[in-house]
Amino acid sequence: MKGKKRRESVSTTILAKVPVVEPGHTPATVTDQISSVVLTRTPKWWYAAFGASFLLVLLLMQAVTKLLVEGTGIWGLNVPVGWGFAIINFVWWIGIGHAGTLISAILLLLRQPWRTSINRFAEAMTLFAVACAGLFPLIHVGRPWLAYWLLPIPNTMDMWPQFRSPLIWDVFAVSTYATASLLFWYVGLIPDLATLRDRSISRVRKVVYGFFAMGWRGSARHWHNYESAYLLLAGLATPLVVSVHTIVSFDFAIGQIPGWHATIFPPYFVAGAIFAGFAMVITLAVPLRVIFRLQDFITLRHIQSMAKVMLATGLIVAYGYLTEIFMAFYSGNQYEEFMLLNRIQGPYRYHWYALLLCNVLAPQLMWIKRARTSPLIVFVVAMFVNVGMWLERFVIVVTSLHRDFMPSSWGMYHGTYWDWATFIGTIGLFLSLLFLFIRFLPMISMFEMRTILPESEDSQA
Amino acid sequence: MAQIFLRSTNTIARVSIVVLLILGAGLGWLLSAFSRSAYSTDQGVVLKQPIPFSHDHHTAALGIDCRYCHTSVEESSSAGIPPTATCMNCHKQIWSDSPMLESVRTSFSAGQPIEWERVYDLPDFVKFNHSIHVAKGIGCASCHGRVDQMPLIYQAVSLKMEWCLDCHRQPEKFVRPRSEVFNMSWKSTNQEILGPELVEEYAIKSKINCSVCHR
Repeated sequence: MKGKKRRESVSTTILAKVPVVEPGHTPATVTDQISSVVLTRTPKWWYAAFGASFLLVLLLMQAVTKLLVEGTGIWGLNVPVGWGFAIINFVWWIGIGHAGTLISAILLLLRQPWRTSINRFAEAMTLFAVACAGLFPLIHVGRPWLAYWLLPIPNTMDMWPQFRSPLIWDVFAVSTYATASLLFWYVGLIPDLATLRDRSISRVRKVVYGFFAMGWRGSARHWHNYESAYLLLAGLATPLVVSVHTIVSFDFAIGQIPGWHATIFPPYFVAGAIFAGFAMVITLAVPLRVIFRLQDFITLRHIQSMAKVMLATGLIVAYGYLTEIFMAFYSGNQYEEFMLLNRIQGPYRYHWYALLLCNVLAPQLMWIKRARTSPLIVFVVAMFVNVGMWLERFVIVVTSLHRDFMPSSWGMYHGTYWDWATFIGTIGLFLSLLFLFIRFLPMISMFEMRTILPESEDSQA
Repeated sequence: MAQIFLRSTNTIARVSIVVLLILGAGLGWLLSAFSRSAYSTDQGVVLKQPIPFSHDHHTAALGIDCRYCHTSVEESSSAGIPPTATCMNCHKQIWSDSPMLESVRTSFSAGQPIEWERVYDLPDFVKFNHSIHVAKGIGCASCHGRVDQMPLIYQAVSLKMEWCLDCHRQPEKFVRPRSEVFNMSWKSTNQEILGPELVEEYAIKSKINCSVCHR
C-alpha cells in the first residue's frame, strides 16, 4: 500500500511517463477483471439500485401519460415564459452527452491513451443522456404522434419543415448526434462482444452476444478493417462535439430576446456542455471504480485529467458569464442592461448566485493538486457543477423571458409538480439504462485496455 | 464444442442488409400508398344519406343549375346546403305522394332540416372560401368532379393538402373562363395558352403561405 501511495504522488508530477494502468496487469487479468462484472451472478445491490431507478421511470411514465391526456397546461408554462423545464432539461441532458463524444472521438484522434479506461461508459452516458434530452422536445410539441412532421419526408401535405427555424436545425443536430454516437459506441463494442460471447457459459448469452458481435473472429483482416472504420467514425463524430451544442445555442441566440441574442452563445454553450459532461463522467466514474474495484484501470491520473478538463472548460464558461455582463452594459441597450440587473437583483437572483457558486467558485478548487487527486473532493465538485449547469439553463431561459420589453406582460415562472416529476423521471431513466449497461456490457473497453498495457507493443508508440 | 452459428450465417448476414433495404423501401411505399388510399382519404366513397338524392338526375336530366340549390356559392365561403323548402318548390307538385320523399315532407311540415352527411369535410383548421374560387374562374367540376354523372354524390378528389397545393402552385393549369364555371362538361382545348391568359386577366394570385388557409 505504501508503494502505491508513492506512485500516486509521482503520477501527479510527471503525468506523461506514468502508465494509465496500474502495473502488474497482463492482457488476461484485464479481460478477466472487466468481463467478470458482466459474467458473474448479478449482485443483490444491483436489483435494489435498478429497482429504485425504475421506480423513477414509472414516475416519468405517469407524468408523460398525464401530459398526453391533459396537455402542456399541467406544466408551469404560460405567457411570458413559454419555454420552461422542457428546454432547460433538454439543454442540460444534451450538454452532458458531449463529454462522451469528446472523450471517444477527439481524445482518440489526439492519441490520449488515458481516454481508454473511460470512453466506453462515457459513450454510453452520451447515448442515455441524448435519449433523455430527446424526450423533452418530443413531448413538448404537444402532439408527439405528429413529430415526424419535423422530418423532411415526402408527405400528403406536400410540405417541407421550416428550414429557417433553429428548432429544425436541432432536429438534424440531435438525430445526427444520436446516430453517430450509437454507431461509434456499437462499433467500439464489437470485439468485446466477441470476448463475452466466447466467455459466456449459457447458450442464450452466447447467442445474443454472438449475434451482436457480428461474427467477429479477431483475424488480421478484421482488425485492419475495424481500425479504419473506428478512425473514420471518430473523424465523423469530432465535428459533432462542436456543432450540436452550437445549434442548441442558436435556439436562443437567433431569438431577439435580451439575454439570448448574443454572439458569445455558441462557444459558451459548447464549453458549458463539455464542462457539464465531464462533471457527469466524474459523477459516474468515482462510484463505479470503487464498487467494481476498478481503481487499477480508472486511476487517479484519470480523475485528475478529468478534473483539469472540468476546470479549463469551467473557466471558459466563467468567461462567458463575464462577457454577458460586459456586453449588457457595453451595448448601451437599456433592455440588455435591465435584463442583467434583473438577473442580479430580480426575483431569481438566488438562482444566479447559486449558479456562480456552483459553476465558477466550486471548480476553482481544482487548481489545488491535493483536491484534484482526491476522488471524493472531485466528486463533490462535479456534483456542484451538475447542479450549476442546470441552474445556468434555468437562469438563461427564465430570467430572460419573465421580464421582457413590456412591464405589463411581466410574470413569474415556477416548475409544477409534473415538471419536476418529468425531470426526476428522466434521471431515473438515465440511471436505469446505465445499470442495465453495466450489468450486460463491459463498461471498460477490454481490447483497448489490452493495447495500452506496458507490455504491449502499441503502448510504445 | 459445436459452433453456435453455422457458416451460412455469414451469407445470411450479408443478405439481410439488402433485405432490410428492400423492406424499408417497401414500408415507405406502403405508408405512402395507405395515406393516399380511399380508406384514408374517403375519396370515391359514397356516404349513406338520409335520402338517396341524385345529382345526376336533377342536373343532367332536368337541367337545374348548381346555384338553384347552392345559392350562396358566389357570395359566401359556403356554397350553401338548400333548405327543405327548396326541395318543396317542385316536390309539392311533382312526386308529391312518393314514399321515397316522405322524410322530405316530414322535414318541411315539422320545420326540421334534413340531416345530410357532409361529403367534402375539411378539417376545422382549414378555411376554404367558395366565392373567391368561383370568382377567379375555378369550375365546380375541378374539385367536385362530374357531379352531373353521380347518381349518389361522393368525394371526387383526395382533399389532401398536396391536392390543394397542386392547384395553388400552378393555377394556370386549372383555371377556366368565368362563363364556364358552372358548366360541368367544359373541357379546355388550348389550356397552355388560355391558362396563363386567364391568370393574367383575372389577376389570380393564388398563395401558398400557411395563413392563407390556416387562420
